[in-house]
Amino acid sequence: MKIQLDFLAVLTEWPLLLTGVGWTLRLTFAAMVVGTLLGIACAWVRARGFGGDAAPTWLKAVVGGYVELIRNTPFIVQLFFIFFGLPAAGIRLSAEWASFLAMTINLGAYAAEIIRAGIEATPKGQIEAALSLAMSRAQTFFKVVLPPALKKVWPSLVSQIIIVMLGSSVCGQISTPELSSSADLIHSRNFRAFEAFIVVGAMYLLLCMALRQLLNWVGRNFVFGKSSGG
Amino acid sequence: MVDFTLWDIFRNLLLAGRWTVALSLIAFVGGGLVGLLLLVLRLSKLPGAQRFVAGYVQLFQGIPLLVQLFLAYYGLGLFGINTSPWVAAALGLTLYASAFLTEIWRGCVEAIPRGQWEASSSLAMSFTEQLRHIIWPQAQRIAIAPTVGFLVQVIKGTALASVIGFMELTKVGKSISNATFNPFLVFSCVALMYFCLCYPVSLYAKSLERRLNVQR
Repeated sequence: MKIQLDFLAVLTEWPLLLTGVGWTLRLTFAAMVVGTLLGIACAWVRARGFGGDAAPTWLKAVVGGYVELIRNTPFIVQLFFIFFGLPAAGIRLSAEWASFLAMTINLGAYAAEIIRAGIEATPKGQIEAALSLAMSRAQTFFKVVLPPALKKVWPSLVSQIIIVMLGSSVCGQISTPELSSSADLIHSRNFRAFEAFIVVGAMYLLLCMALRQLLNWVGRNFVFGKSSGG
Repeated sequence: MVDFTLWDIFRNLLLAGRWTVALSLIAFVGGGLVGLLLLVLRLSKLPGAQRFVAGYVQLFQGIPLLVQLFLAYYGLGLFGINTSPWVAAALGLTLYASAFLTEIWRGCVEAIPRGQWEASSSLAMSFTEQLRHIIWPQAQRIAIAPTVGFLVQVIKGTALASVIGFMELTKVGKSISNATFNPFLVFSCVALMYFCLCYPVSLYAKSLERRLNVQR
């Protein structure tokens, strides 16, 4: 049997692919920013020596439940719950907003555990030193503890953001026009399913490498600085 | 519209849960075997082997699992193999799991001090003997916790098999919610079931990790 692959039929649909890449990147960047902030907040609540000792018990229980629930259920189920389930509770979201919300909530839970590990690795002496210089608790956290903690866990955090980007391919299932749904559309136009998914797979691979480079650069230059200790 | 009692929903989801468990086990065991093979290939100093395995890992970690499953589903068909969702899902998830497991285990093997390799080779042990009697028993101890942790990822990964028509927990949940018009309840139940499957495994992985840290 001779297999004939026709990639040209897929590549001529480049406007569709471009739209897909645009949505994938937009969703990923939005979820990355909000999700990481959410992760930092949750990490503070759970970390020993910070919220872990100071936050009210109910808050710790809520955050702990959120983190464990998200980490132990599949992303696609979270997405379906938000998109199909929440309207029953009166919250109606467009596919794009539902995708953004699901990705943010998902990243927030994973980022919380990753960042917490970094925070808890801070030597106690550094915190005591900062407090003895009359820095407030908040100043200590944001200026002394967080930057080296982020530096320590940055590789894991970057990997997690990439996993979330790859996970965004599932959002096509609720009709978000992201990259993998472009492949679906192309497939329904010219029946070149295998070629379409090869092309899209290669594009994801490139996106993933580019995003890793970009985030490593962002981390070095903007998040924790070149010379801060850690 | 069909009338479903809560018990009907639950019972059907439980029945579907069997397939989630079955697929997870196939992918985990299959992925473990392929992963082990790749690990040995990588450690052997065959020319090109290292680059091949690195490329393999990069490929499967850089492409979404969903796209991998579609590729397996449509790709097998191209080769004239009659693809059932079963075969495509099992194949796709096995390859996915093998890439991650081989990478996890490589880290564990690399954590073994170089001197162990040198000492065993100075005792005239062959590569297989070194690996079997010296390196693997030590690496295994570190490997077990992250491996169990990865099982959770595999279980969650099987949810994606629903999009190629594999009747597991998520797919059945979607069908039931289409029949009952009660997606809120159904997807809550689905999420709960995944949680009940995954959480004990997560806890076990965490306790293994803690035990290992104490020993060190």
